[in-house]
Amino acid sequence: MIRTVDLRKRFGKLDVLNGISEHIEQSEKVAIIGPSGSGKSTFLRCLNLLDIPTSGEVWFDGKNITDPRCDADATRRLIGMVFQHFNLFPNMTILENITLAPVRLRLKSKEEADRAALALLERIGLADKANAYSATLSGGQKQRVAIVRALAMEPKLMLFDEPTSALDPELVGEVLDVMKDLAMSGMTMLVITHEMAFARDASDRVIFMDGGLIVEQSSPDVLLSNPRHARTRQFLQRLLQEA
Amino acid sequence: MGFDFSLVIPRLPFFWTGTIVTIETSALSLLFGSILGVFIGIMRVLPFKPARSLAACYIYVIRGTPTLTQLFFIYFGLPALGVNLSAMASGIIGLSLNSAGYIGEIVRGGIEGVPSGQWEAGRVLGLSYQKMMRFIVLPQALRSMLPAIGNEFVTLIKESSLLSTLAITELTMVGQQVRSVTYASFETFIIVGAIYLILTTVTSMALRLLEKKWSVM
Ligand SMILES: Nc1ncnc2c1ncn2[C@@H]1O[C@H](COP(=O)(O)OP(=O)(O)OP(=O)(O)O)[C@@H](O)[C@H]1O
Ligand SMILES: [Mg+2]
Repeated sequence: MIRTVDLRKRFGKLDVLNGISEHIEQSEKVAIIGPSGSGKSTFLRCLNLLDIPTSGEVWFDGKNITDPRCDADATRRLIGMVFQHFNLFPNMTILENITLAPVRLRLKSKEEADRAALALLERIGLADKANAYSATLSGGQKQRVAIVRALAMEPKLMLFDEPTSALDPELVGEVLDVMKDLAMSGMTMLVITHEMAFARDASDRVIFMDGGLIVEQSSPDVLLSNPRHARTRQFLQRLLQEA
Repeated sequence: MGFDFSLVIPRLPFFWTGTIVTIETSALSLLFGSILGVFIGIMRVLPFKPARSLAACYIYVIRGTPTLTQLFFIYFGLPALGVNLSAMASGIIGLSLNSAGYIGEIVRGGIEGVPSGQWEAGRVLGLSYQKMMRFIVLPQALRSMLPAIGNEFVTLIKESSLLSTLAITELTMVGQQVRSVTYASFETFIIVGAIYLILTTVTSMALRLLEKKWSVM
């Protein structure tokens, strides 16, 4: 589905990604964990070209999307992304948030897009908010809408960058439920998270990043309870102490 | 000494035509100035350096020179280049170009005030720069700009009085003419001032209403 070849990213003098070669299969759910500043977000942002890699390649769906001749906008339509801070458009209703891209990119007619959006809202239990503005929603509701907005583009891959980190603890559950539901439906997902329970229950594979590199990876049980590397152990221990 | 409005009152229709000219010239200048100003403001943030520099230069010149000098340059100066414009055309073009500079700077600020997360959310949906600007960024920028735009509109109405120097019979010019025949200077300019006050008050009230309507969303 998506594959990177010796991906490197430098911001000025700072080497943020130091050569990542990784392959994510169709329908796979991969959790990415690691300390702050280890390059997790940058890695994700290179996958949909929000950040342009300094060197290396990203192959998506059989195409080298880092090739300058490749249309980045067209590629992004097939890769959904959800941010920590939701980033809903405050000048539009929830329904308009969801239908903006499909309609303006002429992928769907207004009626089709509305119908699809309402069905998606129904699925997350927010159909009654279709005509509300995002300012009236709770954080958890906003993030669920953000997920659905990405899904309305019918993406092949979904990227999540700490989707629950900005939420009050009591709102985390409803967002994770939507994500688990999505995982169950067979979506290919890459999730940066500090929710170890989510990594354990919903992912096929956990990647631990540090210093712009993948330090180790394996199935969630192995990596979370029996990591090989000292740095991974340290990170998990600190996370436990904080919790 | 007493004030005597009796000389001025019969000339009220005269004030009325001046008011109409003031409203017309201000409104046209606001319209053209706003359209051009939005373009200048967008150019100012475009990911293309020459466009940004050009717009920055324009704003620099407009804000760094007096409006009156700009008007004189267009009306008295441009004929040297073979561009002969009527006083009215010079006035409206001058005020439009002038307000475009100020509005451009307001638009730039408004666009830059839209959080980068909004751009990113648009980008990951595969929207082009133009579509993000049009549907996501500009509507939010315009809303936050409204108070500053309101100030600029009020300023422009007041600056339209400079058109009297080009012998356009707008409100201030009418005042001059009425004063020169009646010698009732005090009364005349009380009336002129009151009319300006009404125009600026109505304008800022209308914009405040619009602001309120938009902020509900
Ligand atoms: N646009 C940028 N310009 C300059 N430096 C950047 C930029 N984006 C990220 N960095 C730097 O790159 C490093 C890695 O950032 P990144 O956001 O990828 O880390 P992260 O693992 O996601 O951390 P966190 O858990 O805090 O989100 C950090 O030191 C950050 O300051
Ligand atoms: Mg991050």
